[in-house]
Amino acid sequence: MIKPMRKLSSSFAFILLAFVAIFATSANAQQSLKIDIVGGVKTATPITVVPFALQGGSQPPTDVADVIHNDFNRSGKFRALDKASIVELPSQGSDIKFATWRLLKQDYIVVGRLKDAGNGMVQVEYELWDVNKQQSLLSQAMQPAPVGDLRNVAHQIADAIYEKITGVRGAFWTRIAYITAVGLGNNTTYSLLVADSDGFNPQVVARSKESLLSPAWSPDGKKIAYVSFESGNSNIYVQDITTGSRQLVESHPKGINGAPAWSPDGSKLAVALSFSGNLNIYVLNMASRQETRLTSDNLAINTQPVWSPDGQTIYFTSDRSGKPQIYQIPASGGTATRISFQGQNNQNVSVGYDGKQIAMVQGNGNVYRIAIMDQSLGGQVRFVSPGPYDESPSFAPNASMLLYAATEGTRGVLYSVSADGNVRQRLVLSDGDVREPAWGPYRER
Amino acid sequence: MNKTVRIALVALLCVSAAACSKKAVKPTAQPAPVDNSAMSQGDNTAGKYKLGDLETDACLRQRVVYFDFNQTEIKPEFQQIVACHAKYLQDRPTSQMRLEGNTDERGTREYNLGLGERRGKAVSDALTAAGGSASQINVISNGKEKPVCREHNEDCWSKNRRVEIVYTAE
Repeated sequence: MIKPMRKLSSSFAFILLAFVAIFATSANAQQSLKIDIVGGVKTATPITVVPFALQGGSQPPTDVADVIHNDFNRSGKFRALDKASIVELPSQGSDIKFATWRLLKQDYIVVGRLKDAGNGMVQVEYELWDVNKQQSLLSQAMQPAPVGDLRNVAHQIADAIYEKITGVRGAFWTRIAYITAVGLGNNTTYSLLVADSDGFNPQVVARSKESLLSPAWSPDGKKIAYVSFESGNSNIYVQDITTGSRQLVESHPKGINGAPAWSPDGSKLAVALSFSGNLNIYVLNMASRQETRLTSDNLAINTQPVWSPDGQTIYFTSDRSGKPQIYQIPASGGTATRISFQGQNNQNVSVGYDGKQIAMVQGNGNVYRIAIMDQSLGGQVRFVSPGPYDESPSFAPNASMLLYAATEGTRGVLYSVSADGNVRQRLVLSDGDVREPAWGPYRER
Repeated sequence: MNKTVRIALVALLCVSAAACSKKAVKPTAQPAPVDNSAMSQGDNTAGKYKLGDLETDACLRQRVVYFDFNQTEIKPEFQQIVACHAKYLQDRPTSQMRLEGNTDERGTREYNLGLGERRGKAVSDALTAAGGSASQINVISNGKEKPVCREHNEDCWSKNRRVEIVYTAE
């Protein structure tokens, strides 16, 4: 067992290489997002996901264990043992030789198997074991699923294991939305896409010859509100991502119609409109189509509204004090209060599910980084991205990770980062600019 | 804007217009504009802009106003451009223009939308102060969505901080 021990000492480097190799291939094949890890943390919980055994039927194109393995690594909470170090291949609890995994300093081990469920369906069974206690923590047979759904099944398994060990609901089985710009100048095509949280299975929701921005998920995950310049001016649309049907919801011919954000109950949309002369925050009642103006300022730019999880407060960006800063205002109307005081300017809030963590873009000089302010810690800020042109932070529904947009060379790329800032991963389209990420809500089975 | 300032500004712009337009040998002879500012300064219909001048007149052919970082103030070197376009709007009341505000890449997209609009409005205000009618002007903002270059340096940023004048009816 000396050999694997040695490997372990440099296991993180191996993980990096393995990731690049694996994803370079599958990304090309899937026209998907390329993913690699640019940072890591050795204090993350060690876990082994043993390749799942095939028990009947033909080998599906999805490597279920690999998807789970990658989810864990991306989270920053776990460090999954690289494949080369997995020296034994148990497929059920009774096969696990715990001494081996203890020697490899693993805290947890996941084993599983794929069974032919007939009619092209596969049933995945898995078990989670505590290596030190030699105790089964989870044992589950998933619903039989078509081969094409196995990535979803894998993310669901990763979520269950994540929750069992950390006590926090997993957010791997979620989707992200983002905008791509492909081509140059007048030949640029803008697309709104939806993909799995790991960037796989990208689907085009809308395409335009003019810019698209600010996608916002409805709380039920069925619709996306976004801004389109297709008619020349900025207008807000709401599109059903399954049926493709869409509504024009804000189209004042004068001024900007921008920055849509859904209320937590999905009944309202906070927006930024400038038909009055300057940008102000309004709340649009989706049923009555009534607009209520929230900010009363007549000179400043007031934009990027975001609801608190309880729906009581709206955070927004305003330059009423000179430079853009973050303010909050009661969603029912009232007085705006400034909440950001660090850094030269602050913009573009995303709020974690518990309402305490507030991510924003902080600009100092020519460097724009993602900062997270923890309101329960007295407004202290920690940076989770290096800059220099980072923007659009978007929390995962469990607030364990964020997506944000960055620039590399002259092209836009997306990163995911663990909320502690320790693990970052780049998601890059092979062609063009990627920007404006929005992490969708939990999905319901 | 109070009246004294407005008159002063209009007077300044008229001088600029004369300087940049060959045709405007004298201050323009215009019926007083809708807002009734002090624009009537003698009769000279020959000095009026006419159809086609947008392509030939050296001043009117300039359609971009550039700005300093995070600023919406129109710099002195662009007053001439503003003045001749204001005069064109005045001379050709059926003409229409779109002002497209743009920003550099720094800061977030939606905030920059606001900043671009603010610049467009600054140009619009200057045009109307100089006699153009607000009904002839439509301001939109592209924010940082339509850069003319993508390098991360001041040279490129300064090219992107701009308002473009686009005539939709001549």
